[in-house]
Amino acid sequence: MITGHFEYHRPKTVDEVVSLLSRHGDDGRVVAGGHSLVPMMKMRLADPAHLIDLRNVAGLDRIREDAGNIRIGATVTQHAIVESELLTRKLPILKEAALLIADPQVRYVGTIGGNVANGDPGNDMPAVMMALGARFVLRGPKGEREVDPRAYYEAPYVTAIGDAEVLTEIRIPVPPARHGWAYAKMKRKIGDYATTATAVILTLEGGVCKSAAIALTNVAPTPLYVEAAGKALVGTKGDAAAIATAANAAMKAADPVSDMRGPAEFRRHVTGVMTQRAIETALKRARGG
Amino acid sequence: MAKTQIKLKVNGKDVEALVEPRMLLIHFLREQMNLTGPHIGCETTHCGACTVDLDGKSVKSCTIFAVQADGSELLTVEGLAAADGTLHPLQQAFMQEHGLQCGFCTPGMITRAYRLLQENPNPSEEEIRWGLSGNLCRCTGYQNIVKAVRSAATAISQGREAAE
Amino acid sequence: MGNQAIPSTEERKEKLCGMGHSRRRVEDARFIQGKGNYVDDVKLPGQVFGDFVRSPHAHARIKSINAEAAKKIPGVIAVLTANDLRPLGLHWMPTLAGDTQAVLADEKVHFQNQEVAFVIAEDRYAAADGIQAVEVDYEPLDPITDPKQAMAKDSPVLREDAQGKDSVGQGPRKHPNHIFSWDVGDAQATEDAFRAAKVKVKEEIFYQRVHPCPLETCGCVASMDKVRGELTLYGTFQAPHVVRTVVSLISGLPENKIRVIAPDIGGGFGGKVGAYPGYVCAVVGSIVLGRPVKWIESRLDNLSTTAFARDYHMTGELAATPDGRITGLKVHVLADHGAFNAHAQPTKWPAGLFSIVTGSYDIPAAHCVVDGVYTNKAPGGVAYRCSFRVTEASYLIERMIDVLAAKLKMDPAELRIKNFIRPEQFPYNSALGWEYDSGDYHTAMKKAMQAVDYAGLRREQAEKRKRGELMGIGIAFFTEIVGAGPSRNCDILGIGMFDSCEIRVHPTGSAIARFGTKSQGQGHETTYAQILASETGIPADSISIEEGDTNTAPYGLGTYGSRSTPVAGAAAARAGRKIRHKAQMIAAYMLEVHDDDLEFDVDGFRVKGLPEKRLSMKELAWAAYHQVPPGMEPGLEAVDYYDPPNFTYPFGAYICVVDIDRHTGEAKIRRFYALDDCGTRINPMIIEGQVHGGLTEALAIAMGQEIVYDENGNVQGVTFMDYFLPTAVETPKWETDFTVTPSPHHPIGAKGVGESPNVGGVSAISNAVIDAFTHHGVTHMPMPHTAWRVWQQCHALGIDR
Repeated sequence: MITGHFEYHRPKTVDEVVSLLSRHGDDGRVVAGGHSLVPMMKMRLADPAHLIDLRNVAGLDRIREDAGNIRIGATVTQHAIVESELLTRKLPILKEAALLIADPQVRYVGTIGGNVANGDPGNDMPAVMMALGARFVLRGPKGEREVDPRAYYEAPYVTAIGDAEVLTEIRIPVPPARHGWAYAKMKRKIGDYATTATAVILTLEGGVCKSAAIALTNVAPTPLYVEAAGKALVGTKGDAAAIATAANAAMKAADPVSDMRGPAEFRRHVTGVMTQRAIETALKRARGG
Repeated sequence: MAKTQIKLKVNGKDVEALVEPRMLLIHFLREQMNLTGPHIGCETTHCGACTVDLDGKSVKSCTIFAVQADGSELLTVEGLAAADGTLHPLQQAFMQEHGLQCGFCTPGMITRAYRLLQENPNPSEEEIRWGLSGNLCRCTGYQNIVKAVRSAATAISQGREAAE
Repeated sequence: MGNQAIPSTEERKEKLCGMGHSRRRVEDARFIQGKGNYVDDVKLPGQVFGDFVRSPHAHARIKSINAEAAKKIPGVIAVLTANDLRPLGLHWMPTLAGDTQAVLADEKVHFQNQEVAFVIAEDRYAAADGIQAVEVDYEPLDPITDPKQAMAKDSPVLREDAQGKDSVGQGPRKHPNHIFSWDVGDAQATEDAFRAAKVKVKEEIFYQRVHPCPLETCGCVASMDKVRGELTLYGTFQAPHVVRTVVSLISGLPENKIRVIAPDIGGGFGGKVGAYPGYVCAVVGSIVLGRPVKWIESRLDNLSTTAFARDYHMTGELAATPDGRITGLKVHVLADHGAFNAHAQPTKWPAGLFSIVTGSYDIPAAHCVVDGVYTNKAPGGVAYRCSFRVTEASYLIERMIDVLAAKLKMDPAELRIKNFIRPEQFPYNSALGWEYDSGDYHTAMKKAMQAVDYAGLRREQAEKRKRGELMGIGIAFFTEIVGAGPSRNCDILGIGMFDSCEIRVHPTGSAIARFGTKSQGQGHETTYAQILASETGIPADSISIEEGDTNTAPYGLGTYGSRSTPVAGAAAARAGRKIRHKAQMIAAYMLEVHDDDLEFDVDGFRVKGLPEKRLSMKELAWAAYHQVPPGMEPGLEAVDYYDPPNFTYPFGAYICVVDIDRHTGEAKIRRFYALDDCGTRINPMIIEGQVHGGLTEALAIAMGQEIVYDENGNVQGVTFMDYFLPTAVETPKWETDFTVTPSPHHPIGAKGVGESPNVGGVSAISNAVIDAFTHHGVTHMPMPHTAWRVWQQCHALGIDR
């Protein structure tokens, strides 16, 4: 229940953040909502000597549209995502996914940056970002760079983020107005991590699937982009056989651990089920339903 | 570890205090401010018994450090009743509808319900259950809690109409 | 006196707010304002904080404990180990079941997270740092986590301290890891019944280990006043007087120098009955340091070390005629008690009241054997609204009835009705030795079946089955046994399980009443006043109820097992009648009539036939202090210690409808109807609240809760990450209903209700889930019915595609 000792920093700019991270190296951790990091610190599974609070850093909490991209600052909370009229209109999958994360209190404080940056395979937004073809913007001593979420996750809690780098923003290309979207999450109760979850983003043209991206949550050591599942839909009319092929591809790619949510065999099976249901929902929405 | 000074507003009163950076907000409230309304029911950020209202947000105070609340405005269950002691409609409704038994989840539950009714002044039963899903209760089975929040929503809107 | 207009009887009854009213709760005022006084709210001057170093191993020898680094941490005051407690004889303590339990691990640890050292510091932050710094050197040993292995020939001996002992408090034992064998019923008659039976069913039924998990964990503040030689002990105690007696016995301090205070308690559910190492260490710490010591356990500590529930491996067998008349019941239980037998039971009952396992049915022959064993798990067993193992017994018989129904291809409701104890058979003597006080099962069952349109549900199920959809209808018709209990068969550490009420009426007509029970949310401050109001004619609002302070409350055995209403409620009624009787004599004297010329009229006495000649209780209270008849003592107070002549037997008819997604195994409760008969209903609103809460706990048990140990003794499922506590979203709406069959032996006919919903709820929900599969030939599915387990059943049947 009680964390170790640390020094608390409240920088006002990203440059200050980077400078603090450079100075303290492995002893420094950024914190935004803190609802991933602080529970770990309370269990003494994380013990940073320096805590760098991002919430007063200017400019990290905005949501805006800019030249065909939606830009979401790292410290935007899940609550703000749910309440955002812009996101509800243009990126409705984000609201659907955010409402499936944790509970109302945690959503008030938990941030999108916190959810995608640290490599927890149980977090929901990484798969959504993979399906959306988003870009993570990282800032470090050498400046700013963009990373593809599909290449960002290496192992549980191990990501491509560099020393002294901090995630500042997520950039998402705005999908066409009538795109197909769904985040389907199976869980034991409100607040639980996913037993399995699937994110689907697709587009139809003349009833034929033009693009499809499918990614999975918590059924592998990292969030999992399943290229074969999306490919199984492209060029088809989204008929039952195509959906089944896509779902099977997702099942095959999944490599879940056995835990109290169920044995690996079960979790693999329901990955197929939830992928099928997510695709069906996405298609229905793309078709105007 | 050196202590930090924090300044915040708690239940309408200005407060200045010295805290270790690692002091959790819940401990600051309970131990230093002697506000023992919010309770501790777990250490994994699940139960919600520690819920407070921080700058207009429902927050689990066991997962925030007091230093992070520097400059903030905080409301706990102790600050819900009016200055003259008149109970908040939620408090009255919980009593009227038997929305509590052991009382341990009640401060966090009422504080969360307070913010829920600000978010949604006329919630359906399903919306209430969803809105309170960050607060666990072992005694009531939630049924009368939902009734109480529904009843308070009606009372508040009637009070608002009467005032207009 | 007597000339003003009296309000009507109805008005006076309203004002009195006696039994039967849904009186709003007195205790709410402080809770809704955050002004409750729970143990962790207690702050005494000079208070320090203690917490434990715990073993990561399930079974290991302790080679050394090095606290030097810990003691150097700023704020750390002391570190206690078994070696420090040994000279005081407190490194082990007696349990309620006649065994002993290590307070701090003595050379050996017996379960993961067992207490090894107690670090005392200025505050909980320093204590946490101190705990991190204590170094313990362990030599791991092979653990036993499968109770079936406990009595194997070559299994390791877990309790070396008990080696060579013939008994560890519950009779002769057969093996170093064996605790007791308990045998009840008629083995021969049962054997004969089975031999003659044309129909027999047998099923292995495991009731998984769970935990009562109240929202407030256990804790205490121990404060030794060395000047006065007095110990004050605040704590989460469902039975404060028992704690006082135990502390006296183990510390040597006399009871008049120990004050135990159970303040507000945030839920108990049986998890706060026993004594825990934390209490003992806090007391020792306070005596040694001369400062108050607070101990509050974490949730992880709570779920993994204090008071588990169930863990019964049961085998049930029923013998029956081809047309469904049950002729015999055979039960064997392998009871996994963990590392120490800390079973919170009346002493002579090693399996509690499990022998209620004949349930609501007229079974002529029954035999039951329970074998308890040690394993490397946390100690406990009796908890979680179980009425002393009644939940286990009821689960077994209600499952077996369904198993038999399936075998006979008979409707489960019809089979139950056919075997119900009939109204004219009450008081009914069961084959396992209980005298059931009263019941009318047929009426309750009929009412329940009509309310849910049972026939319609079965028709719907048949339709759905044709389409391959899974729908289940589960019935539980439970009879449970509560109100422990008659001292001829119930004692805790030798103290009979009576309970008490002491009421003192003040000159101006209000009163204070104190009880030996202790509410943890059951609303005693509200409901006891209602009983007393009905009996004394003093309005409930004028009667303050106090519990929990052993300096002032009369001796009682506490609140658990739904015993408060049957036992202390009876004491309240009888104490109230003593008050009324004295008031009657005063009234007769003042009105110059004979006692018998008076009749009690809601809130006073009036002369029969002359209603304007009356005196209110308020006037009589005043008179009691200066106008008593010659020879009578002044004052108006009464005490009653009630030793119940029997237990009480509440019953209920619960019906549950579930729909199951055969692809994911997820089951959803579509409808749950609960009819309870708890005899006389004191406060309908509170009864309903108890049922809602108990059913929600039942939902949690049936659908998701389990505490699991792997083969290395690592415990899983002991944080809220995994231990399933439903939120408001997972919890369905509960429909409640009732019948009233008073208890003939209880002064107000009341039976108690708190535990019924957990007893009946688990069976109804579990039976519903399994019922969804009976057309596939499935006879049983183990709890909890998590999505993965239910899916495994679907998968085995090939219906998950």
